[in-house]
Amino acid sequence: MLKHLIFFVTFLVCEVALTAPLKVGLVLDKGGKDDKSFNSAAYAGATKAEKELKIELKYVEASDVTALENLHRAFARKKFDLIIGIGFAQTEAIKKISAQHPDVKFALVDGEVAAPNVRSLLFEEHEGSFIVGALAALKSKTGKVGFIGGMDIPLIRRFSLGYEAGAKFINPKISVVNNFIGVTGEAWNNPAKAKELALAQISSGVDIIFVAAGASGSGAFDAIEEKNKLGIGVDSNQNWMKPGVILTSMMKRVDVAVYNTIQDTQNSKFTPGVVRYGFKDKGVDYALDKHNEKILTPELIAKLEDIKTQILSGKIKVPDYYKQSKK
Amino acid sequence: MKKTLAGFFLGLIFALSLTLFAGENPLYIASILFKSAFGSRYDLGLTLFYTTPLVFCGLSVAVAFHAGLFNIGAEGQLTMATLAATALGVALPSLSFPFAPLLALMVALLVGALWGFIAGWLKAVRGSHEVVVTIMLNFIAAGIASWFVLHVMPNPNSQNPESALVGSGYMLKDYDPIARFFPDTPVSMALIVAIMTAIGVWVLLWKTTFGFELRTVGYNPDAANRAGISEKNIKIIALCLAGALAGFVSLSEVMGSSGQFKIGFSADYGFVGIAVALLARNHPIGVIFAAFLMGALHKGASDLDLETTTITRDFSKIIQSLIILGVTSHGLWSWSNRRRKDK
Repeated sequence: MLKHLIFFVTFLVCEVALTAPLKVGLVLDKGGKDDKSFNSAAYAGATKAEKELKIELKYVEASDVTALENLHRAFARKKFDLIIGIGFAQTEAIKKISAQHPDVKFALVDGEVAAPNVRSLLFEEHEGSFIVGALAALKSKTGKVGFIGGMDIPLIRRFSLGYEAGAKFINPKISVVNNFIGVTGEAWNNPAKAKELALAQISSGVDIIFVAAGASGSGAFDAIEEKNKLGIGVDSNQNWMKPGVILTSMMKRVDVAVYNTIQDTQNSKFTPGVVRYGFKDKGVDYALDKHNEKILTPELIAKLEDIKTQILSGKIKVPDYYKQSKK
Repeated sequence: MKKTLAGFFLGLIFALSLTLFAGENPLYIASILFKSAFGSRYDLGLTLFYTTPLVFCGLSVAVAFHAGLFNIGAEGQLTMATLAATALGVALPSLSFPFAPLLALMVALLVGALWGFIAGWLKAVRGSHEVVVTIMLNFIAAGIASWFVLHVMPNPNSQNPESALVGSGYMLKDYDPIARFFPDTPVSMALIVAIMTAIGVWVLLWKTTFGFELRTVGYNPDAANRAGISEKNIKIIALCLAGALAGFVSLSEVMGSSGQFKIGFSADYGFVGIAVALLARNHPIGVIFAAFLMGALHKGASDLDLETTTITRDFSKIIQSLIILGVTSHGLWSWSNRRRKDK
C-alpha cells in the first residue's frame, strides 16, 4: 500500500514537473469563434492543440478597438507563454506589446510584424482562390460567376483577384462580378447584406458565387440555396453548412498554422519571422468531403489537381494583389 | 441618492447570483470585478480611460434631460466632433502645441454643437421629436464618418479602417501628467477636463440665470412661457450644449490617446452615457461617479472573459443591464408611489 502511495506521489510530482502545461492565449477577431469561417478555423486549431498537446488554452474576443491591445497586454502580464492574434487588425497591438514583453512569444495570422519574438503566419490566398475560380468557370453554365467579399481591404482584394484570374484561365470570356459587403469590421458580421448582394448577383445571371466574408457568408448561402445555384465557402471547410449547395470551400488552414505554432512552441522550436502556407503544405486547398463528392466529379478533380501542379511548378503565374498594389 | 445606491446593489447582487447558474462563485466574480477596476495602477488607468468619455456623454444626456429633452444622439455628436478634430489634425499637421489641440477641441465642440443644433432646431421650430431625430442623426454621422475616414483621409500604412495620424503637435502625451502616472494606458488629462466640465455644468445649471431658465423649461414649459422664458431658444441651446459636451470625447480619444479616427473606437459611449445620466439621476457631479462605475464594468467585462471559463463577455453585458435595471426600477417604484398618493 505504502509502496503504491509512494509510487503515486512520485508519479504525480514528475507529471507536474515535466508537463507544467504551456499557457496559450488566443485573441479572436470581431466575427468571434462561431463565424464558421476564419475565426472558427483558428479556434478549432487551438482546441485541437488543447486536447492533443495538453496545453492550457484561454481565448477571448475583442469588444472594441482599444480592447485588442489591452487583451494582448493582459495575456502577457499573466505570463502566458504564447499569445496568438487572429486577423490583420491586431498587427499594431502585437507590434507594441511584443516589444514590451520580449520574453513572451507571439503569433499573428494575416499580418506581418518583424520582431524576435513574433511569428507571422501568412497564407497564399490568391493561389487557393485561383483554383476555386477555375472550378467555378468549369461548373458555370451561364458564363457569369460572382465574388462576395467581406470588408473591402487589400487582403480580400487578393482573394478576388486570384479568383477572377482562375476563372479567366479556364474561360477567357467569362464575366466575373465583384461585390464587397462593407468597409468596416461590421462587414464580417452582416449576413443580411450578404444575402442581398447574392440575390442581386444571381438575378444578373451569376450561377456560382465565391463568398469570402466571415460570418456574413451564411446569408449569401441562404440566397444561393433559395435560387438553386452553387456557392463556394471560405477559410474553414464550409461544405457541411449546406450539403449539395456548397460546391467546395477554399480552405485557408488557419487551424493548421495555429496548431503547428503551438506544437513548435511546446517543443521549444518556436522560430520568429514569416511562415507562408500555400499548396505545398496544404495551407490553402479546396475542400473535398462527403458533402460535395457528388458535385465534384473525378474529371473536375483531375483538372484541378493539374492546375495545382502547374501553379506549384511555376507554369501558371497567379496575380498577387499585394505585389500589384505596391507597384 | 440612498435609493439609487440601494437599486445599484440590488441589481449587482441579483446579477452576481445569476452567475451561480453558470457554476461560478458570485463572490469570486465580485472580487474579479473589483480587482479589475482597482487592482493595479494599470487597471485603474484603463478604467479611468473608459470613464472619461462616459463623463462627457453622461453630462450631455443630463443637460438635455434638465431641459426636458431625451438626447439619444450623443453617439452621433461625439462621432462628428471626433471626425472634425481628426480632419483638422490631418489637414494641418504642422500646427504646434498647445495651440493645435486647443484649436482642434474648439472645432470639435463647434461641430458637436452643430449636430445637436440640428435636432434642437427641428424640435423647437418643426416640432419633430428629438428622440427620432437624434437616432437618425446617429446613423447619418456614422455614415459620414466612415466615408470620410476611408475615402478622404485613410491611413496609408494599414488595412485597418482608420484615418491617417494627426500631426504630433496635437498630442497631449508629452505634457500629460495623468498619462505619465498611468504608464501603458490610454488615459489622458482629458480626465481632469471631464471632472472640471462636470463641475462647470453644475455651476451653469444651478448657479446661473440661464441654468434656472433651462431647468424651468424642463420642469414646466407652461410656467416657463408665462415667466417670459423662450422655450424654443432654451431647447435649441440645450441640445447645442449637449452636442458640445459629447464633442469633448474627441479630446480623450484623438488628442489624448490614439491620434487618429479609428472606426468603431467608441464602445457605445453615447448610449452608455444615457445609463450614466440615469444612474446619476442627472446630477453633474453624480455623473462622474456613475461614469466611473460603468467604466469599471466595461473594463471588468474583458477581465471576466479572461479569468473565468463560463462567464463570457455576453454575461458581463447581462450584469451591466441588471444594474441599470436595478437603479431605474427605483424610479419606477417612486413613480408608482406618487401615483398612489395622487389618488
